[in-house]
Amino acid sequence: MRYIGVRYIIALIIVLVTLWLVLSGYFNKPLLLWLGSASVIFTIILTIRMRIIDNESVPYFNLFRMVPYLVWLVVEIWKSTIIISATILRPDMVLTPRLIRVKTLPSSGFGRALFANSITLTPGTVSIDLDDDEVIVHTLLKEMTNRGDFAEMARRCAIAAGEKEPAF
Amino acid sequence: MIEWGVWLDLARHGLAGAMMLAGACFMLIGSIGVLRLPDFYARIHAAGITDTLATIFLLGGMIVESGLTQTSAKLALVGMLLFLTSPTATHAVANAAHKAGLKPRLGTIAPPHPRDREDG
Amino acid sequence: MIFFISLLITLSMALILARLLRGPQLYDRVLAVNSFGTKTVLFLCLFSFLINRPDGVDIAILYALMNFIGTIAVLKFFRYRSLDIALSDMAPREYAAGEDK
Repeated sequence: MRYIGVRYIIALIIVLVTLWLVLSGYFNKPLLLWLGSASVIFTIILTIRMRIIDNESVPYFNLFRMVPYLVWLVVEIWKSTIIISATILRPDMVLTPRLIRVKTLPSSGFGRALFANSITLTPGTVSIDLDDDEVIVHTLLKEMTNRGDFAEMARRCAIAAGEKEPAF
Repeated sequence: MIEWGVWLDLARHGLAGAMMLAGACFMLIGSIGVLRLPDFYARIHAAGITDTLATIFLLGGMIVESGLTQTSAKLALVGMLLFLTSPTATHAVANAAHKAGLKPRLGTIAPPHPRDREDG
Repeated sequence: MIFFISLLITLSMALILARLLRGPQLYDRVLAVNSFGTKTVLFLCLFSFLINRPDGVDIAILYALMNFIGTIAVLKFFRYRSLDIALSDMAPREYAAGEDK
């Protein structure tokens, strides 16, 4: 029997109850509240039985570290969207696509998933393959192949995923 | 006292309209890019504009428009779902094309010089 | 104002449809369908403002989930030519349950 973290179960219960209340919007109908608690209890029993309660399925403890990262990410998305939009709207469009390998990766699984998703979210760079020690990235313009930018993003991802000392 | 409320409401609706308009413009730019770019891997980048900044601006504008209600919470949920699923779907499409052996066009892709065209 | 913005979104949906009909590769079409779905979600949110009934946002939530699942299902089908395939046959490496690589 694997150890099941109680704090994950409590966090999951809180999130599920909040989700039900937000989506239904009725606080004074006893029938709906009973149905909601039944659904929450059923979901909790299922997740415990499937043994998927861990930091990956209940990532809400990373939430407070995620907020500054998301703000930084939105600013980066804004900057690169302006560049890509200007490129698309020019009548004589000049593209310099490149396929590069990024070797700097966060060490935890959550950090890697966050890193690859962030690369894809930023217009101009798309992660097209993820391997054990590298990400293959397709970039639309050669200005976006700067290794330092990717290392900076990987460092911030590692911090947001809760790693103590990023390796770079 | 009532004056302030009226002005605040006006500013709120103006901000919401401006944000939604910016989002719709970015969405249009992304669609033009999907139609215009020459290569599949290049079109992904244009579709990414729709997935990120247009979504942020449109949903942000709608949240500002609806104020602190249940609707704005639901809109925030929509935004969270789109933010979680859209990069995964984009990566899945790109990875499937890569695994199937579709080669990207690399190097420099530029329009032909006017003197090289037929009518130039 | 909201009506004008809905018109702009409809225009961009029409442009995406053009790419969907033209797209030379299968992946162009999948990308166009996925992008069309995102636009539909946003259009549904705006439309519920337009007709002043906030219930439309619930439909938008459902559509966002179904769009994602549909895209993944189509890609899985065209990669393995079947939807009835076990997870252990799909992944190149097998991870033990709960093990953090």
